Amino acid sequence: MKRLFLVLFLTGLAGPGHAIDTGQAFDDAEMQARYERIISEVRCLVCQNQNIRDSNVFLASDLRREIRRLLSEGKSDADISEFLVTRYGDFVLYRPRMQGKTLILWAAPFLLIGFGLVVVVRVLRSRMAMPIDDDNEQAGA
Amino acid sequence: MMSRFLLPILVFAIMIPIFIIGLGRNKSELPSPLISAPAPTFALPSLQDANVTVGSDNYNGKVALVNVWATWCAACRTEHAYLMELAGRGDIPIFGLNWRDQRKPALNWLKQLGDPYFVTAYDQDGRVGIDWGVYGAPETFLIGADGTVLFKYISPMTEQVWQEEFLPRIRAAEVGGG
Repeated sequence: MKRLFLVLFLTGLAGPGHAIDTGQAFDDAEMQARYERIISEVRCLVCQNQNIRDSNVFLASDLRREIRRLLSEGKSDADISEFLVTRYGDFVLYRPRMQGKTLILWAAPFLLIGFGLVVVVRVLRSRMAMPIDDDNEQAGA
Repeated sequence: MMSRFLLPILVFAIMIPIFIIGLGRNKSELPSPLISAPAPTFALPSLQDANVTVGSDNYNGKVALVNVWATWCAACRTEHAYLMELAGRGDIPIFGLNWRDQRKPALNWLKQLGDPYFVTAYDQDGRVGIDWGVYGAPETFLIGADGTVLFKYISPMTEQVWQEEFLPRIRAAEVGGG
């Protein structure tokens, strides 16, 4: 029994061994933080609702490797986004760049809020125009 | 009274076509930004001989297919018989890009199932695959004589796909290119 527990305990310890190569990639803390932020914002194309930081498919690890390479070559964040988008399209970025095709994504929340406000104002106005009369209200209901 | 219903009906009329288009799309198939762009050039060791370099120079100036495959990819096995048939007809040269694979099983695969490729490049670490925006084998790219990517098809090739998707684009490119 004791041995079984030991085996289970050791198996538990082995877990992090499967963890993907998101450990320390750069000695420089700032660089490491940049790297981690970038890989959290890149979509894994194979498992499309995961970022490449959390995914362990080989394509994600290939992309992490490429991003490490670009970072160590001194490329900027914009260069790295450009690298990914020219190959995989805007979909690869969780935070799409603002430009022609993706403009609707950025504008949609504001358009929807604006639309909602217009509806609210119109409803309130028409309510306010209603006569405040108990009989009338009951008849309307 | 009618104006009360006008707005909901209008919203409905706008939303329904959007939903219909959304339902009809295969969301896992992403449009490639490479379409109509120059195909990425590359040079890799040949699958058959690590000392031989092959790459985009092998199909330069020709209309060709670049087929991305691997032995771990079950759908690649599905399309292989059709690729053999297509290569046998000699309609178009097929360049093989062996992606993220191992040399030995890949060579065995070609020995057992036949080799439809006039050349096969060996992309062991997947770097060329990334340049081509590959994310799921099999993928088949149609390259025009001027080196632009005319089309990309993700999924096993079939005669129907060839007839309906590839041939019209090849003809259009021939007409357009003179």
